[in-house]
Amino acid sequence: MKKLAQRIQSSMLGASLLAAGLPAWAVTDSVGGPAIRELNFQTPVTPIATQIYSLHTLMLVICLVIFVAVFGVMFYSILKHRKSLGHKPATFHESTTVEIAWTIIPFLIVIGMALPATKTVVAMKDTSNADLTIKATGMQWKWGYDYLKGEGEGISFLSNLSTPREQINDASKPKGNEYLLEVDNEVVVPVNKKVRIVTTANDVIHAWAIPAFGVKQDAIPGFVRDTWFKAEKVGLYRGQCSELCGKEHAFMPIVVNVMSAENYTKWVDGKKKDMASKADDPNKVYTVDELKQRGEKVYAANCVACHQASGKGVPGAFPALDGDAVVNGPRPAQINILLNGKNAMPAWKGVLSDTEIASVITYTRNNWSNHAAENIVQPTEILAARK
Amino acid sequence: MSTTAIDHGHDHSHDAHGHGGDHGAPHGWRRWLFATNHKDIGTLYLWFSLIMLMSGGVLALGIRAELFQPGLQLFQPEFFNQLTTMHGLIMVFGAIMPAFVGFANWMIPLQIGASDMAFARMNNFSFWLLPPAAILLMSSFLVPGGAPAGGWTMYAPLSTQMGIGMDMAIFAMHIMGASSIMGSINIITTILNMRAPGMTLMKMPMFCWTWLITAYLLIAVMPVLAGAITMTLTDRHFGTSFFNAAGGGDPVMYQHIFWFFGHPEVYIMILPAFGIISHIIPAFARKTLFGYASMVYATSSIAILSFIVWAHHMFTTGMPVTGQLFFMYATMLIAVPTGVKVFNWIATMWRGSMTFETPMLFAIGFIFVFTMGGFTGLILAVTPIDIELQDTYYVVAHFHYVLVAGSLFAMFAGFYYWGPKWTGYMYNETRGKVHFWASLITFNITFFPMHFLGLAGMPRRYADYPAQFTDFNMLASIGALGFGLSQVYFLFAVVIPSIRGGEKAAAKPWDGAEGLEWTVPSPAPFHTFETPPLVK
Repeated sequence: MKKLAQRIQSSMLGASLLAAGLPAWAVTDSVGGPAIRELNFQTPVTPIATQIYSLHTLMLVICLVIFVAVFGVMFYSILKHRKSLGHKPATFHESTTVEIAWTIIPFLIVIGMALPATKTVVAMKDTSNADLTIKATGMQWKWGYDYLKGEGEGISFLSNLSTPREQINDASKPKGNEYLLEVDNEVVVPVNKKVRIVTTANDVIHAWAIPAFGVKQDAIPGFVRDTWFKAEKVGLYRGQCSELCGKEHAFMPIVVNVMSAENYTKWVDGKKKDMASKADDPNKVYTVDELKQRGEKVYAANCVACHQASGKGVPGAFPALDGDAVVNGPRPAQINILLNGKNAMPAWKGVLSDTEIASVITYTRNNWSNHAAENIVQPTEILAARK
Repeated sequence: MSTTAIDHGHDHSHDAHGHGGDHGAPHGWRRWLFATNHKDIGTLYLWFSLIMLMSGGVLALGIRAELFQPGLQLFQPEFFNQLTTMHGLIMVFGAIMPAFVGFANWMIPLQIGASDMAFARMNNFSFWLLPPAAILLMSSFLVPGGAPAGGWTMYAPLSTQMGIGMDMAIFAMHIMGASSIMGSINIITTILNMRAPGMTLMKMPMFCWTWLITAYLLIAVMPVLAGAITMTLTDRHFGTSFFNAAGGGDPVMYQHIFWFFGHPEVYIMILPAFGIISHIIPAFARKTLFGYASMVYATSSIAILSFIVWAHHMFTTGMPVTGQLFFMYATMLIAVPTGVKVFNWIATMWRGSMTFETPMLFAIGFIFVFTMGGFTGLILAVTPIDIELQDTYYVVAHFHYVLVAGSLFAMFAGFYYWGPKWTGYMYNETRGKVHFWASLITFNITFFPMHFLGLAGMPRRYADYPAQFTDFNMLASIGALGFGLSQVYFLFAVVIPSIRGGEKAAAKPWDGAEGLEWTVPSPAPFHTFETPPLVK
């Protein structure tokens, strides 16, 4: 038997050496996200996160002291009060005094722990007097941001994971430093300003979280909730969706770019110009090729997770578009599904513009083996169908 | 009368399946299908839960295999989510809860000197509801859309997006809930009405006390779960909008109802464990349990408090500041009675005359590792810290410390302690110790690094993770494989051999053990205490 125990031990050692010897990618600490083999909270950059950090340290120290004291007694007893040492059992089996003592003392310790936390709870809930209010909308599986109030009001964009799909699906591809922690459009906020985040969701519950800010707030469909932060250091900060929201739950991170006041103003100006130039006129008439090109991008950002790049979908879960009767049939049926959703297919009317919906439909009708008779949908048709 | 029963028990020890004889009890499969004997039903429950433990364990190893490295290697995320969901459901409803009912069936009548459970046929029914429920639950993997993938908590509205697998899981939960309620009614009635003359409530063994309280918790909360999932079902199929904001419902309402069930549920899974430990520590310290009365009061306090802490699972949903403070304070209060229990166990050990057979090792391991889970629970109770750690691996570490190192280790302790009474044979002590050390070490290799992952911000229920989390995930996966193999070893090197044969167990194999169960021979004969014993 001893031999077997040794064998188990040595094989465990072997396994851990094997793991240590695996080709690790040259990953270093992420900027504004977790460090490698991080043992504690990420470095806090807001007053709330700093308070949480010290609360946790305090709790951990108190718990460790109690742990060592209690188990010191237990292990002393285990070592000394053994039958093999000839220790004879005592006969005591109750003491009201002792029972009262070890009820009251832990009670007082617990109160001592809860009091400092109370202050932080109250501070965390105070979302009043914000300098900037941003609405974060969780969607399967991306975040949408609308700057509601303050400098930058009116800015709105979607934020998608920007890690290439090959890195995720191909185990042999090296992973970047910001693997799964990078997005195409970051939330930009000014430093040292109170930013209120209003959360909601389009489909299921998501959660908006940035560990370095000490912020985590569920985004609940049909309801709004809020939270706030005041970042005290310029830089990028990273978080991930923190409420199970379906298959791509791990692939909708949150990145906040904290800028100095001047840079923030510059960003707002640039973003507004950009948005104005990109705003599509739904009455414009496009060619098939123009729509296909635009549609390919829309497809890659919104559709590929379920229907796949091949258009084959996932059998049993997500239908194929390649060769699909709706895609190759009359236009109104497909327009209706895109606008209003069906089963697992979300409604896109609140997320995508007329031009985007028209272009992605046109793309699916002319791609893979599809050659639909009605091969083009113009934005005006979407506009009409919305009514 | 009782001598025939004892002789009969000796016959049984030669052939595990051939039973009955002089009482006209059925043989073969009829013995099990029509079982009304509390010992047979207890055995059925224990085998059922062991099978479910192994199935849930295989799913867990699937999870850990995918998480060995970043990137998607083995499973697509939708299947990964099915694994985590089914692992949770199977372990909670299939492994831990039925296992404790198995212990209750075997031990409660023996401990209180009753001849059987109060409602023998209902006992049969409450067991035989479980296999169909389990088959329904597991076969959801085979239907289009696969098994439910919304987490074992089945939060709306994600649960309304699932395929037919979700409906199967809901019906399975309904059936298992009905089974639990019937089991609880049986246990309460047995304990309150069938105790041997002279056994007042305050002389009753701790395991019976903890189960009495647990049974009340079950009756109180299983209908609440049934309500929540029935509303999910009607939201899915009959156009209601309980949890759909667009129709005037509220998704967060689901969470309130679910956790009103869910929090007492975690005590349902730990209180009987406290009971088992409260027998083993005195037996191997050769000293009476310290503070019996305060143990009873502490257990009751935990049970009552468990009803007013549910929303600590929901701090990030955004509730009013007064709500957050109330649930924080109430949750932290639970640390007090739980602490009292730990102190009482240690005071029982203090100046005892201890030996360290496998039951005692698992009991001490339980106290040590469960307390770590208790401390992380206290840390999680602090609202601001919880918000930072909600839905991260810290939470995963916490509840595995209390459910695996807590409930499961206590059941192992209980198996080694009472197993000789069940089988009539002693287990192999060396193998028991190998099982203990292998489990304890691999358990900690698996779950300790998860605290660090959670603190650093790794969310739970993730099929893939940032590369910075790789090392601790690899360690956890290696540990999980070791832990899984330790349990295979337990089944094949400990359990099965100890049923087949070995050293004959004495009626009371532990010199410090106390209680009526040790006054009957080992293995316990088919019928015991037909004439109630007199308790002084």
